[in-house]
Amino acid sequence: MLESLGGQIFNGLVSGAFYAMLSLGLAIIFGLLRIVNFAHGTMYMLGAFVAYIGAQSLGLNFWVALIASPIIVAVVGMILERVLLSRLYKLDVLYNLLLTFGITLFIEDAMRLKFGMQGSPYVIPSQLEGALNLGFMIYPTYRLFVIVASLAVCIAVWLLIEKTPLGATLRAATENPALVRAFGINVPAMVTAVFGFGCALAAFAGVLAAPVNNVAPLMGDDIIIPTFAVVVIGGMGSIIGSIVTGFLVGVVVALGAFFYPPISGTLIYILMAFVLLVKPAGLFGSVEGIR
Amino acid sequence: MLTTGQSDTSRARNYVGFALLILGIALPWIVYPVLATNIIVWALFAVGFNLLLGYTGLLSFGHAMFFGGASYVTGIVILRYHWPMPLALVAGAVFAAVLAYVVGALSIRRQGIYFAMITLAFAQVVYFGVSGAFIGLTGGENGLQGVPRGTFFGIPLTDDRVMYYVWFVVAVVVLAFVQRVIHSPFGQVLRAIRENEARAKSLGYDTERYKLMAFILSAAVSGLAGGMLVVHQHFTVMDNVDWRTSGEVVMMTLLGGMGTVYGPVIGAAFYLLLSDRLALLVNAPGVFIGLIFVITVLIFRRGIVGELVARLSARRVRAGQRA
Repeated sequence: MLESLGGQIFNGLVSGAFYAMLSLGLAIIFGLLRIVNFAHGTMYMLGAFVAYIGAQSLGLNFWVALIASPIIVAVVGMILERVLLSRLYKLDVLYNLLLTFGITLFIEDAMRLKFGMQGSPYVIPSQLEGALNLGFMIYPTYRLFVIVASLAVCIAVWLLIEKTPLGATLRAATENPALVRAFGINVPAMVTAVFGFGCALAAFAGVLAAPVNNVAPLMGDDIIIPTFAVVVIGGMGSIIGSIVTGFLVGVVVALGAFFYPPISGTLIYILMAFVLLVKPAGLFGSVEGIR
Repeated sequence: MLTTGQSDTSRARNYVGFALLILGIALPWIVYPVLATNIIVWALFAVGFNLLLGYTGLLSFGHAMFFGGASYVTGIVILRYHWPMPLALVAGAVFAAVLAYVVGALSIRRQGIYFAMITLAFAQVVYFGVSGAFIGLTGGENGLQGVPRGTFFGIPLTDDRVMYYVWFVVAVVVLAFVQRVIHSPFGQVLRAIRENEARAKSLGYDTERYKLMAFILSAAVSGLAGGMLVVHQHFTVMDNVDWRTSGEVVMMTLLGGMGTVYGPVIGAAFYLLLSDRLALLVNAPGVFIGLIFVITVLIFRRGIVGELVARLSARRVRAGQRA
């Protein structure tokens, strides 16, 4: 009982790891651009596919994919931002939500046309096969790696934004883009870079997810809506909030599923409803963030 | 603020309405009747949706929960509990309204993107309900099959064209009702909220209550459309509660012209005729649909009716200057 409970908590941390990376990317993009990127799940899916295609046609291993895939997807994201999204910044933010929805439909169905509905398996890298004995239980090595890698990346991103001069400029541009521009900083280029960076985070999560689930064109669908719920629970715009909430929600949902299995799919939305009732701005959100 | 197709002048609106009425009568002889009926049903769904997006300025990204959810409720009470069809339609609409009351009570204070994300997330709960918790009633992956059409106040509906004309009349009545609402004092308040909520509030209107009422009304119309869908096509499937369906109705409304009375009708017709053609060409229509969506959002935001109205009023202004 205790061992399976521990396993379930770790499973929750694994799904939390994906929520955290995705909602972190969404939070960064939202912070600077004030848009919600509906195509974020698609970037996650593309990240996994770049790894898969790289392995199939070029024989690239997992570790190379973990670096290369986010870079490639970041470029895709930056092109989308420059060519399409940037045209709508002067309008209501909802148009960009709709635009990224259209992009999602297009990319997902194009991928489905090429690769079919069924997913393809992606093998776990040989160094991470098997399971580790943690003393109190045995847990698959690769899943532990997902938790650790995700935590490391999330903390690195947080430090980058909160503790470095680059991050300070970024936060300043979030607060007052006109002023930052007056200091001679190219804000539109920064916006593009930030969008690319957010997409890279999603792609990184996608590569990590490839060996856990199948690589499938609709895999982004399964994660983007729960991630939106995580964003609502955590509150919009807070960097540390999105990371903490991601892991927290992952664990709470896993525990809920452990004690009452039928609730597993909907618990995250019940949590969301509860938070909306008790703390409408979200656990870490400020009131301005919700307007 | 979202670009709505300006307030369409009443004369132009009457022309468009008359043309649509004629087209609507001729439709089942132009395209096959089942497609024609689909157009009517989705047009009504888009009209209900536009009540919220176009006239209140709230973007719901979860309207499939009302449309699809009600299609299941109507289908289930007919198939499993043998309710008379008109009563089953009402049941579907009431279900949607009650659901909207619950979801709206939790989300209506949020604006813009937040509201869109929350409605999207709640719609997923309905999706899980259909695919999991209530699978015994809904049929899950197989969909709800073999729902009989029954009769509508004595009119047998076995013939596809009869089915079409009955739904056509129902849709016209509902559209007239929605039009009445839009041009009522209630509708004026909704538009005031769309333009400037803070000002509407400072004038003493309880804006949250108005928005909630608009949400419920919009959901009820969408739910009625969902019930009409399951009755005419004998079945409903999980796609109808999927988030893509929520996106589709946004697209129809945008394409036709949000905030115009007939825009959603034209948008829905255009969209369905297009996907009907595309379905023959390619089995992943999202490639084209997504592309059209992107183009619409980028350069055609006023939509078909909105563009038309803008052109007409520009011409009138020019004519006025000449005189």
